[in-house]
Amino acid sequence: MPPGSNNPVALGRNSAAVAAPRPPSAFFARRRRNYRRFIIPAVVVVGAVIVFPWMFTVWMSAFDWKIGSVAHFVGFDNYVGLATNQRFLESIGHTFYFTLLAVVLPLVLGTIAALIFHREFPMRGVLRAVFTMPMMATPVAVALVWTMMFHPQQGVLNYLLSLVGLPPSLWVYSPTLVIPSLVMVEIWHWTPLVMLIVLGGLAALPIEPYESARLDGATEWQLFRYITLPLIAPFLVVAAVIRTIDAVKAFDTIYVISQGGPGTASETINLYLYLQAFAFYNVGNASAVVVVFFAIILALALLLLHVRQRTRWVAM
Amino acid sequence: MERPGASRQSTRARARRIARRTGFWFSVAVIVSPAILVFLWMLSLSLKNEIDNLAYPPVFIPDPPTLKNYVQVFTENAMGLYFWNSVVVSGCATLIALAVGVPAGYGIARLQAHRFTVLILIARMTPALSYLIPLFTVFQFLGLNNTLTALVITHLVITVPIVVYVMAGYFETLPKELEEAALIDGGSAWTLFRYVALPLARPGIVVGTILAFIFSWNNFVFGAVLAGRATRTLPAAVYNVLTFEQLAWGPLAAAAIVVTLPVLLLTVVIQKEIVAGLTAGGVKA
Repeated sequence: MPPGSNNPVALGRNSAAVAAPRPPSAFFARRRRNYRRFIIPAVVVVGAVIVFPWMFTVWMSAFDWKIGSVAHFVGFDNYVGLATNQRFLESIGHTFYFTLLAVVLPLVLGTIAALIFHREFPMRGVLRAVFTMPMMATPVAVALVWTMMFHPQQGVLNYLLSLVGLPPSLWVYSPTLVIPSLVMVEIWHWTPLVMLIVLGGLAALPIEPYESARLDGATEWQLFRYITLPLIAPFLVVAAVIRTIDAVKAFDTIYVISQGGPGTASETINLYLYLQAFAFYNVGNASAVVVVFFAIILALALLLLHVRQRTRWVAM
Repeated sequence: MERPGASRQSTRARARRIARRTGFWFSVAVIVSPAILVFLWMLSLSLKNEIDNLAYPPVFIPDPPTLKNYVQVFTENAMGLYFWNSVVVSGCATLIALAVGVPAGYGIARLQAHRFTVLILIARMTPALSYLIPLFTVFQFLGLNNTLTALVITHLVITVPIVVYVMAGYFETLPKELEEAALIDGGSAWTLFRYVALPLARPGIVVGTILAFIFSWNNFVFGAVLAGRATRTLPAAVYNVLTFEQLAWGPLAAAAIVVTLPVLLLTVVIQKEIVAGLTAGGVKA
């Protein structure tokens, strides 16, 4: 994540651009050269810190190079090695499992929360502000607190389980529960973002279909299923795209809470990449991981954007 | 208030209304409580002594509350230095991003240069670690590792795309007519930007600045990899120093609060703008 990567502004801007191409007025067209100058400093910076690393990475992925030793050109050997690397392939599986849960659950809960916050009730503004707090909180700080809460002996979560009569859980110390436990943190962190996006969708809903459906005797559930849901579908897809990109890239929480463990049970692509690059300084191999990783993210985003085109066509 | 004949029916209706209202408030409580409880638990841990923090069943209310943990992280762990490092890194990275990103956003909006925005979209999709490997190698070569300069440069990866995005979107919503009028009065492109577009764009600049600062402040991995002992940013310091050198929960929670509090305050202060900024972009479906 970016960090932060979670910026809906990004996708929104781009989609607006695609959706509504407005021809620049002839007046501004004549002055293109003048306006180009405004972009040059940003082009230089983006070229240096973003485009250069991309090219460097692709180039390095063709070398066998550890920092401090001599680089050997190996062509596609790094990629071939990854294709047969059991640990890397498992990390792809972990990433997809984590991403699926960390997209679907916040989407469902965020939609429910949005339906609640869409209604008028006392203290709505304050409660909404409280609800959205986790979204901005520093991931590492929050992850440390969750680590303490997950502690099998002294953790507060097991105490809460005992209050409702459930047996204690190993949480992140169990190979089978570690990914669902990490997803819990992810849900806590990012459901507010989904809620805000869907809330924006609800605010734009027309009133007339509801009035006529009520006259025809529709139930609340039918109103939601046949009117609200199709109308907010495009917003849900925007939320799904943002959530997918962020979940695939999740790093801070996993690194702090489980370090990919126990064993390699929660080692996602990003964790594997970190170890290759900054524990083993295996730059060539890590660069190949980056290229494969990026291809996966791009494929997922394009897939969802494709779905988005279709939902817009169906729903609007 | 009620007619006697309708009383039985209205009692049932009222019961149903009360049941529905209770159900509604119950769902509000279920939705909101995890958000607030984690923060309260964090606060509680930071205000208790170590015996209470490790007690089972847990002690929820600090009695008596102590500031010992906060004193400890600032005196024994140089939290003040790390705080300042974070301010310098996020501050400089945000200022540089504003200097190049605000004009760029204006240029993109006026040129309809959407190829540049697609580039920045892809940049946002790329995992942060992928920038780190090449930049780490280059900084190693230049001898810049373990310096704040290297951190500021790396944080531009986060701040520049955010500012460019927010500003390009904002300038596009500004009417062009004002600038066209100013041009007839003989202004250059720079004059139009400086004296017409820029003052109008102030709300967009506020949103862009704060989002860029928060995402830079929250970044962990750049500091964890590139910084040395004296140049760590807060998130990296909280993780490295406190988890490896001591396993005490109280100081850890206190440090976590020190990291998060500025961000939460920024969020609360400009709550409406952030929500507007995040959602306005997200919902242009």
